[in-house]
Amino acid sequence: MTEQATGAHHPQPRPRSGGQSAPEHVTGAQSLIRSLEEVGADTVFGIPGGTILPAYDPLMDSTKVRHVLVRHEQGAGHAATGYAQATGKVGVCMATSGPGATNLVTPIADAHMDSVPLVAITGQVASKAIGTDAFQEADIVGITMPITKHSFLVTKAEDIPRAIAQAFHIASTGRPGPVLVDIPKDILQAKTTFSWPPTMDLPGYRPVTKPHAKQIREAAKLITAAKRPVLYVGGGVLKAGATAELKVLAELTGAPVTTTLMALGAFPDGHPQHLGMPGMHGSVAAVTGLQKADLIVALGARFDDRVTGKLDSFAPFAKIVHADIDPAEIGKNRAADVPIVGDAREVIADLIQAVQKEHSEGGQGDYTAWWKDLNRWRETYPLGYDQPADGSLSPQQVIERIGQLAPDGTIFTAGVGQHQMWAAHYIQYEKPATWLNSGGAGTMGYAVPAAMGAKAGVPGRTVWAIDGDGCFQMTNQELTTCALNNIPIKVAIINNGALGMVRQWQTLFYNQRYSNTVLHSGPEADGKQPSAGTRVPDFVKLSEAMGCYAIRCESVDDLDKVIEEANSINDRPVVVDFIVHEDAMVWPMVAAGTSNDEIMAARDVRPDFGDNEDD
Amino acid sequence: MSKHTLSVLVENTPGILARIAALFSRRGFNIDSLAVGVTEHPDISRITIVVSVVDELPLEQVTKQLNKLVNVLKIVELEPGSAVQRELVLVKVRADNETRSQIVEIVQLFRAKTVDVSPEAVTIEATGSSDKLEAMLKMLEPYGIKELVQSGTIAIGRGARSITDRSLRALDRSA
Repeated sequence: MTEQATGAHHPQPRPRSGGQSAPEHVTGAQSLIRSLEEVGADTVFGIPGGTILPAYDPLMDSTKVRHVLVRHEQGAGHAATGYAQATGKVGVCMATSGPGATNLVTPIADAHMDSVPLVAITGQVASKAIGTDAFQEADIVGITMPITKHSFLVTKAEDIPRAIAQAFHIASTGRPGPVLVDIPKDILQAKTTFSWPPTMDLPGYRPVTKPHAKQIREAAKLITAAKRPVLYVGGGVLKAGATAELKVLAELTGAPVTTTLMALGAFPDGHPQHLGMPGMHGSVAAVTGLQKADLIVALGARFDDRVTGKLDSFAPFAKIVHADIDPAEIGKNRAADVPIVGDAREVIADLIQAVQKEHSEGGQGDYTAWWKDLNRWRETYPLGYDQPADGSLSPQQVIERIGQLAPDGTIFTAGVGQHQMWAAHYIQYEKPATWLNSGGAGTMGYAVPAAMGAKAGVPGRTVWAIDGDGCFQMTNQELTTCALNNIPIKVAIINNGALGMVRQWQTLFYNQRYSNTVLHSGPEADGKQPSAGTRVPDFVKLSEAMGCYAIRCESVDDLDKVIEEANSINDRPVVVDFIVHEDAMVWPMVAAGTSNDEIMAARDVRPDFGDNEDD
Repeated sequence: MSKHTLSVLVENTPGILARIAALFSRRGFNIDSLAVGVTEHPDISRITIVVSVVDELPLEQVTKQLNKLVNVLKIVELEPGSAVQRELVLVKVRADNETRSQIVEIVQLFRAKTVDVSPEAVTIEATGSSDKLEAMLKMLEPYGIKELVQSGTIAIGRGARSITDRSLRALDRSA
């Protein structure tokens, strides 16, 4: 295997081997910071406050842990997620008790849905005050129970190193996820001793990574016997660092590949076997490929409703091989004919060997006829967009050009909505960990803080946040953090003056009644339709006020010049306000709740699969 | 609709019951009965959960989700045929000089015990399967049940094998 997976390697949060260090006399707070240093946390995003205050004092002296002072705890959480997704390491965020902690709830939920290794450290009111409705008290362990992989409420200062070591271990192994460590103020202030490594005590935590050999053989047999197979690749492949193995498997079998929204970059977009993204806004070839497949090999994917559409009509002819590190995902939505529990990297490596063995025994799959169909769908229904008739900027073109002009290795983040789907469609992702977005939770406002986290983690790479004007107004305050902490990200605001995706649904399903989706003007008092857009807020002025270089682009003639200018500035954050056409829509589309067979390639255009005889 | 009895071995840590109960309610299951207590190993508690399910698939999903909880060591479904299941009830029945002897007769019939007697009532302690206790309560009902308290079901597999053996070994290793 020549290609090395660059982004998502296996983090090593386990305590270093070797003997335990001699106990040092420290406070709980010092023990916390020493523990963070020992597990290799080099960056922490957070905001101090009353109960976490003791931890911030030794943090000031740490030469190994950089703290980035964010403007809102939600920004800290998403930054830690962006950092984790870009580096493959555990992201760390820190907040005080009460509102500080509850502001982390959205990013924790987001990390939970997208299986991102995250450790959130929160201050808690003093042990004696817990349960008394004390000032800034919130039961954050209780609040986050359903959205964390695990959580700790530390009750003794001597337990801090173990809690941190276990939190990092749990967050980063098995199916990654967020872990919360809640530490009361008196525990941070208490005198204790620190020694490393602590003993791990997790008898109930034993993730299975090695797949069962018999299941692998079964899967290989199905792959070589299939006539219409599809490799359905999810985010688990990126998390396992299995992209090099995936390429080998794909080329060995010759089967088509589709990568989900969470897995863009796991298989090169430019590869001839890549069908594009599946799902509600997937390519016609990928969606139809899955629908007509006789075998789906799901690798680190979870048959999410945005991929399957109406579940009982999803891929009706397909046998399912489902490999996932989380046994609870297998059979959750779609029954598996061959269930495989294991780490995607080990699963794919074993599959390669098993398929080679099948080949050597003469069991080679023949997918010629299948590729003929797939290529026909690909050629007949490629992704595409129309230029607006009025000469205004097309959002798809803006995003496409940003992708084409971006330096090699650029990391893209996105918010949630139309711009996210266009960024998924029109930017070519050739390498892992170059596309960060909020897939499962669909958290608007993810782009800017996640870009900040990614840039802090890999400062040598260009980071572009593709954001919508709606999303941007949720979390743009982190641009101040970027400007003051030398984190020069680039932000493209795809400004259509509306909550574009909601507006698109209103256009298609609510008779063009645009209830509360217009952002650039308020309701008019005299009953007229809100007319021309205002410049409220003026994103250029707003960004300048936060210490960014900001430009506006309204014409296709300026497009390349503006993007190149943005690419050339690296001493501060850059924000480009792209004023784009408001009626552009995301196609293809499978309407919510309908079968993937009902995919529309464009408005009122249903692909011809040769099954429309009765129309 | 079928009833299932799950024995869940957990680390004896704060919050574990909340995590388990939350998982069941999140997935839309009603817990029929719940009993918690420590085992022969002080660091391990055993939770016995009885749930009614419409079909088998969602119970499998809940079991898998339960298994993902870090403090859960082991889950075993105890089949009614190969396990002993018991509940405990304490019931206060209205009784006067005329009815007391009839009530005591019922108590003896069900091999229950009279644990408290007063001029107006007797308090009965009974253990058994839920069917047996239900039958006894039905017999007592005409006399007037003043107060009733029932424990959750506890259950243990028949035979020499123990479900705690391996979990205890895991715990000893990590200690």
